[in-house]
Amino acid sequence: MTDAALPLQPDAASVERPKSQSTLSRVVQYTGLRMIAMLITIMIGVYLTIIIANMGGHVDNIRKGYIREQVALSVGFNDEFKNMTSEERRAHIDKLVALQEKRMGLDQPFLLRSFSFLWGAMILDLGWADNMSSDSGSRQVRNIILERLPATLLLFSTSFLINFLVGIFVALYLSRNYGSRLDRLIIGLAPTSAAPSWFYGLFFILLFAALLGWFPFGGLVAAPPPESIINYALSVLNHMVLPVIAIFFSSIFLGIYGQRTFFLIFSNEDYVDMARAKGLSDRVVERRYIMRPTMPTIVTSLALSIIALWFGSIILETIFNWPGLGRLFYLAANIFETSVIVGSTVIYAYLLGLTVFFLDIVYALIDPRVKVGGNQGGHV
Amino acid sequence: MTAFRRTLSALSQYPSAVAGLAIIAAMVLFSIYIVVAIPYSEAIILWRGGEGVWLENPRTAQPKWVNLFPGVNLPETMILGPAGESDDASVKKERQVVSEEMTDVITTFTFDYTADAFPQEISLFLTSEHERKRPLVSLTWLTPDGREIRIADVTVEGPVTVRFSQEEKLERRLDGVRPEIGLFADPASDAEDPTPLKGTYQLSAAGLIFEDDADVDARLVVYGQVYGLAGTDHLRRDLMLALMWGMPVALAFGLLAAVGTSVSTFIVAAIGVWFGGFVDAAIQRITEVNLILPVLPILIMIGLFYSRSIWVMLAALIALSIFSSGIKTSRAVFLQIKESPYFEAARAYGAGNFRIIFLYLIPRLIPTLVPGFVVAIPSFVFVEATLAVLNLGDPLLPTWGKVLSDARVNDALYQGNYYWVLEPAALLLVSGLGFAMVGFALDRVFNPRLRDL
Repeated sequence: MTDAALPLQPDAASVERPKSQSTLSRVVQYTGLRMIAMLITIMIGVYLTIIIANMGGHVDNIRKGYIREQVALSVGFNDEFKNMTSEERRAHIDKLVALQEKRMGLDQPFLLRSFSFLWGAMILDLGWADNMSSDSGSRQVRNIILERLPATLLLFSTSFLINFLVGIFVALYLSRNYGSRLDRLIIGLAPTSAAPSWFYGLFFILLFAALLGWFPFGGLVAAPPPESIINYALSVLNHMVLPVIAIFFSSIFLGIYGQRTFFLIFSNEDYVDMARAKGLSDRVVERRYIMRPTMPTIVTSLALSIIALWFGSIILETIFNWPGLGRLFYLAANIFETSVIVGSTVIYAYLLGLTVFFLDIVYALIDPRVKVGGNQGGHV
Repeated sequence: MTAFRRTLSALSQYPSAVAGLAIIAAMVLFSIYIVVAIPYSEAIILWRGGEGVWLENPRTAQPKWVNLFPGVNLPETMILGPAGESDDASVKKERQVVSEEMTDVITTFTFDYTADAFPQEISLFLTSEHERKRPLVSLTWLTPDGREIRIADVTVEGPVTVRFSQEEKLERRLDGVRPEIGLFADPASDAEDPTPLKGTYQLSAAGLIFEDDADVDARLVVYGQVYGLAGTDHLRRDLMLALMWGMPVALAFGLLAAVGTSVSTFIVAAIGVWFGGFVDAAIQRITEVNLILPVLPILIMIGLFYSRSIWVMLAALIALSIFSSGIKTSRAVFLQIKESPYFEAARAYGAGNFRIIFLYLIPRLIPTLVPGFVVAIPSFVFVEATLAVLNLGDPLLPTWGKVLSDARVNDALYQGNYYWVLEPAALLLVSGLGFAMVGFALDRVFNPRLRDL
């Protein structure tokens, strides 16, 4: 960790300066490389998902069922086939289905087909749902999922931002006053993060919805939805309070604990004492000499916490009836809607991949030791 | 052993760790006791036996200790009879000869009712011994203030259950008030908000038998609103069973998952560091892929498509966590000690790669494994609960997660059955905290850098 002392070495900094002319191109190159790496990672994840889901032949069944339905519909609506007896018609349908399956490659071995599934999943061509539809009436899995995505993004990005900002500021405050009563209280509370957010959600529903009646039990907006946009937004906010508090409570103390510890470790470095001795104000010391070198570690732990958040969404949304991706997954799981389950898993893989990719870039930008474009990538 | 003792004495300086250790020890002892007292197969029979096993329990009854709160006085379940089986003075059975062919077998149940709320349900279980002519039983209710209410007349063929709440004529006779309320209501109280009349009630079941050897036996169950130390669920099951058996299940699941993931992660990290080069790079890349694998969705898919047995879930969970982010931290430490001279010595005398990895490299770092391992246990316990709440719990075993799941599905929070959620949740929280507190303290003991902070 001592090489974080870069700010004190003017020679090293000035040696590097001439190189920074091509910073932009190096950032682009680095970003591009990370993006390709992340796409490959997502592809492997999606491929594994397909293999797991297809072990029982479920993906095949989605496609075959869809083909049969389409063929039966087109035969049923076609006047040319009206005079056929039902047996003739069935034979005709079977023939057409076999043709279609051959056309879509379902008669090929799974290994070959799995790659075509993979391609479909990567371009989000996720197939059709049998028993679910989006609120707008579409049966396309992509539409069903995309319709739910905003609710999930709203809830989790809000909680994430609150957690991040509160975490950093409280951790800084505690590292400044460490050993104080508040410090010891919050550190003592760190083990409470062993329980996931849905668990605290239950308690908060009990306390604030059932006993006190301050907030609704769950859902996205009041029913019927308010007409004016402002009232609608207020209603959504009101419904968001409990899930956000649940997420906040389940992760904030551990987050503060971790960040505070890093701040303390870095504020014991010699260069910090040196900066103080120079007479720099506390604020400047904190910003330039403590937070800067701590940021990469914090970003890494953030990446992990966001990933945990995404997974937690399935059950948290179920507990709070929040109409997002997680609740969709739960509903699909309950009625064995395989296409939606696989589709949601693919979307989760994308969300995780994008999160990690984004944080990777942030990491490279803020870590003074990782030189953008160099071959040591992010640690995430 | 001395290292162990040193760790213990270091831990004893943290009050939270002492509390955590006490919780863990209590849990382990209790788990051993419960597994011995109620064996696995018996627990499953009790939990999955259906209503037959729990027929005499009230539904979704609160635990008895709610009566300790001021102003709460809910009735307990009363089971009276059959006469003769218990020398209970409250059940009397006498035979009166009415005529040559007919004898009256009168069973009288006498009981005191002192609760401030009405019972949940009243049932009378009748059995008879007869050859051809079925006995006719007429039931009469006598309230403390001397009113006599006719309940019903029943012919008894085999075992018959009279559920008072389903007697429509009785309800009509009580002016449309539900029988379990109407029979106990104080006539002086407000009809909108009736209160029970306290005092001695009597139910007489007069069975008219038409054969000399015939007989009628009756048993009265006045279902209360409280039951046992933990209450009951919607299937009348005693929650105590699930809460008690949930503990060994949670411990076993958490321990096995934590051991499985941390040991396998550790070994993989050690192998990667020792061999270096291609192996190390491959392990690093796999870890990056594994990090973005949606673990919970995959577990849910496995539960849906293959098996939802708790042990299959455990295996899948461990398999998915081998290449977890823990590899990175272990790797950093392994890299440091790999340069120690004694590895060179080992190689010089011709030790094989795996001998070095398993006998020299890994044992050296086991202490760093311990804190993470202890902290991981509660998170796996909660994974089990999470799966159960998603309806993917083990189909047989009673677990805390299953209780929470049942409570959620039956809208316990909306209907005010808070005990149903709070009891398993409190146990989950206490056990989770126990392990987490010990783990946090261990982390400080083994990582001296944190000790002063």
